[in-house]
Amino acid sequence: MRRVVITGIGVMTPVGSDKNIFWNNLVNGKSGISNVESFDVSQYPSRIAGEIKEFDPTVCMEKREAKRVDRFTQLGVCAAMQAWHDAGLDHVQLNKEDVGVLVGSGIGGIQTTEEQLQILAEKGPRRVSPFMVPALIANMASGYISIMLGLRGPNSTVVTACASSTHAVGDAWHIIGRGDAEIMVAGGAEAAISHLAFSGFSSARALSTRNDEPERASRPFDLERDGFVIGEGSGIVILETFEHALKRGAHIYGEIVGYGMSGDAYHMTAPDPEGRGAFLCMQRALKSAGLSVEEVDYINAHGTSTEFNDKIETKAIKKLFKEHAYQLAVSSTKSMTGHLLGAAGAVELIATLLIMENGVIHPTINYDYPDPECDLDYVPNKARKNAVKFALSNSFGFGGTNATLAVKKYQS
Amino acid sequence: MSVENKVKGIIADQLEVGIDKLTLDTTFEDIDADSLDIVELVMALEEEFDLEISDQEIENIKTVGDVVRYIESKV
Repeated sequence: MRRVVITGIGVMTPVGSDKNIFWNNLVNGKSGISNVESFDVSQYPSRIAGEIKEFDPTVCMEKREAKRVDRFTQLGVCAAMQAWHDAGLDHVQLNKEDVGVLVGSGIGGIQTTEEQLQILAEKGPRRVSPFMVPALIANMASGYISIMLGLRGPNSTVVTACASSTHAVGDAWHIIGRGDAEIMVAGGAEAAISHLAFSGFSSARALSTRNDEPERASRPFDLERDGFVIGEGSGIVILETFEHALKRGAHIYGEIVGYGMSGDAYHMTAPDPEGRGAFLCMQRALKSAGLSVEEVDYINAHGTSTEFNDKIETKAIKKLFKEHAYQLAVSSTKSMTGHLLGAAGAVELIATLLIMENGVIHPTINYDYPDPECDLDYVPNKARKNAVKFALSNSFGFGGTNATLAVKKYQS
Repeated sequence: MSVENKVKGIIADQLEVGIDKLTLDTTFEDIDADSLDIVELVMALEEEFDLEISDQEIENIKTVGDVVRYIESKV
């Protein structure tokens, strides 16, 4: 396997659509959760979300292009452009046949589906947009990014619910590692704050109903949690061979050193009660990185703020790390961003890279009432100075699909 | 409003082109409209003028003027 480093990052999130704003808000424990404004939620039990307010896709694409694609693709393209620019690739001579794209999405263009279904019902099939199919398919973020940047390397997507973008980055790592590309634009994009998604998640009783205190609603590992808060956004990283990055003098955020995947083989939505899937994917990430449990300083948890996830993820960490589970730090980015579903993993990988680069661990906010079954160091409420050399980033999705990335701080 | 101005307004809106750039001789190729754009444009015209345009008729439409003349012959 060739060494693969991260040389560019881009984020569109409820706590910031610029890497510096994003990081400052995470370190200061600022919540991005508020009342839903983009559509009428009065009939829903949950009326809060992590929305990106006043998002203007024309900052990264022509108005005519923006009209043709779903919001998830707009978000993916905007983060990709940030990452591309951040990596300093705008003016570098590249063989673009060696540059690929792998951007995941849990759901794809659900807002387009919803809008066109309404047109079908009201006006009939002759009024359904010819752009509906290309707009809603989950690989269109990958497709559109390649069109805009002229990238003819591998182009694909991953659709594994809330693990989509962790799988996307891990799979892109493999693609470069085995020599099928020199650079990959990888991550995830999601825009599922809409009637259809809200009603489905509400019926599944998955969403927090702490509507009177939106900023306090996402409270991973806290005893008073009552479900996750849905968020939208995107996270994109530029993965590049170490040699290529070094040769062009690129800034290196960190190195992907391991990747683990597993299946729960248990239930459509509930995690395995013993956390076997979570355990296995963390164990496999360590194994592929050649790391011992004692070397891990930090875990960016899946940490959704649901009772199932938080208890079982904690159980799996304790089973794998044993005594060291109490020495390492664990925190949840979702306590501030909400749950970005298919974009969550990439955004959290970026948070982890910034944690390593700054030597400061962002907190898990809204941690007020300890849960006896969740007794690890979750870095409650306040950021902490803490050098991190090796970290894991976890993502688990419906269908019992699990992914963990192992990341190493870069030292020149 | 004349048919010509209405048609130009719809095209300008759908394809994000300046209305002042459109003349009767402007072709859809000139304004980078692909086949999906034209289907969508036809839908908007059918809505606005309450008529049906067949796929065969769409094939004969190459310029803004073709659209205007076609609509004028129908309404």
